[in-house]
Amino acid sequence: MAGVYRGMVDDGQVLIDNSGADLWVVQQGTLGPYAEPSSIRDDVWRGIAGIHGVAETGNAAYLTMQIKQGGHEARVMVVGIEVDRPGRPGAPPYLTFGRPILQGHYEAIADEKTGLKLGERVRIRRHEYVVVGLTRRMVSSSGDPMIFVPLKDAQEIQFLKDNDALINERARTAANPAFNRPGVPGLLEAAQASATQARNVNAVLVRLAPDVDPDTVAGEIRRWKRLTAYTRAQMEDILVAKLIATSAKQIGMFLVILSVVTAAIVAFIIYTMTLAKVREIAVLKLIGAKNRTIAAMILQQALGLGLIGFLVGRVAAGLWGPAFPKYVLLVPGDALRGFAIVMAICALASLVAIRAALRIDPAEAIGG
Amino acid sequence: MASDDTPAIRLAGLRKRYGTGDAAVDALKGVDMTVHAGEVVGLIGPSGSGKTTLLKCLGAVIEPTGGRMELAGEAIYDAERGGWQVGDLRALRRDRIGFVFQAPYLIPFLDVTDNVALLPMLAGVANGAARKRALALLTALDVAHRAGAQVSQLSGGEQQRVAIARALANRAPVILADEPTAPLDSERALTVVRILNEMAVQYRTAIIVVTHDEKIIPTFRRIYHIRDGVTHEEAGEGRPV
Repeated sequence: MAGVYRGMVDDGQVLIDNSGADLWVVQQGTLGPYAEPSSIRDDVWRGIAGIHGVAETGNAAYLTMQIKQGGHEARVMVVGIEVDRPGRPGAPPYLTFGRPILQGHYEAIADEKTGLKLGERVRIRRHEYVVVGLTRRMVSSSGDPMIFVPLKDAQEIQFLKDNDALINERARTAANPAFNRPGVPGLLEAAQASATQARNVNAVLVRLAPDVDPDTVAGEIRRWKRLTAYTRAQMEDILVAKLIATSAKQIGMFLVILSVVTAAIVAFIIYTMTLAKVREIAVLKLIGAKNRTIAAMILQQALGLGLIGFLVGRVAAGLWGPAFPKYVLLVPGDALRGFAIVMAICALASLVAIRAALRIDPAEAIGG
Repeated sequence: MASDDTPAIRLAGLRKRYGTGDAAVDALKGVDMTVHAGEVVGLIGPSGSGKTTLLKCLGAVIEPTGGRMELAGEAIYDAERGGWQVGDLRALRRDRIGFVFQAPYLIPFLDVTDNVALLPMLAGVANGAARKRALALLTALDVAHRAGAQVSQLSGGEQQRVAIARALANRAPVILADEPTAPLDSERALTVVRILNEMAVQYRTAIIVVTHDEKIIPTFRRIYHIRDGVTHEEAGEGRPV
């Protein structure tokens, strides 16, 4: 369970690290782009790029969606990035196979976890995209693998409506007397064209020049551009403390329940084993074994049981961890803490059996 | 200081009453018994006659209500002097009384040597010395070849030999054997009795064998019959085994 939690934290951390950004500029008052919807104009970057300390900017559009691939469906995060040159904030920092996106349309870079192969074609909404590159550990905060496409395509995927909806919208606009005035030629066409434009992005990712204080630049953006800007530390707080806080509590509750169940099972096993050895314990007492010797034997048995359980669990987690749908990060420190908790649970669970054993009368060893 | 002719065990008018008032039951009504070092005596009697109660009193796990009990001349229990004369009954059982039971009751997760060495180790003997002593006893009892085996791998007869070795491990001057041959066939039962006799002579141990087993009763030289809480001594056949 700790591995699942660590994996979620790591997913968030990787998302931040791999974006290559120092600041995330989003719609005012939102926790975007990962935790809440955010929509800002795609030319906002121009104003941000002019602020002192900003080295580079990159528009980014994020959209979690279901795609059909190889006969089965997969949940992915489609990321729109600017492809005019590699290394823009938001683009994958490295590729395991293939090349960066070079065309302005219909090329994609996919995370290996999507199962897509180099050269494979994948349909996203209206268009098919050719996978030209593969990358690794590029996942959303929920662990969904990413597919990077050119920004224009991502905007279309995210904001453009389907043809039926467009026809319907045009008819509605034409029927609206405010947009269809007989005395104002061209107004209706302008209104309809405006409705079909996809000129928004979710965030502008900002890379700062060396030795520039992110808080200062973020403050400037907030003050002058009327937008919300998050530093790396703030984004970590959003992703780890806010976004996965509920999941962490859920996992914590599971851990508590598992601990209680484990304690009950170990207590039951040790108690049953002790009751099955009443005569042997009576003999031990009869031949002069001290209570603490008997208690130590039972404790040893409980700890042995815990050790076996822990080792089986650790090996199973190591073997099956990669098969989990979400990333599982097994940290030695967690294993050590887990081991200590298991031992403590087993020691506590053995108390019932020890209490029963100490009540056994040595006289029970003699006679029928 | 006990002289050579001092009995290893001496009971004089030993009584045990369970309950009080109208519900009181006199399980032992004045038992007299003397067993010398190196001697094996039988204790026989019907069910409910007081055999187990007497064994429990001798084993210092229940307190008699009257009479006197001595081990090697030292008063262990004396009703007239306030009851138990030793402070630590657990240490008394550990150091001076060995027990052999109907079933071996060996510790299942210890090997044969450790089962025997456990008792000296409980008495504070160092691990190496305790294991050495255990191996010597296992050799004497002809089970040294199973020294490293787990208890579950032994036959019933072998387990009982290991149990006897454990009873002797602290060089206790007294061994109380409670139906030690009950689960064994005739041949093995007689082997156990032979071993007990040999050990009694070799280690100068006084052994009391509580038994119903008709096969082994003729082997005792002296027998105590117990009936309604009273013992009667008689000479046995002392048939060689």
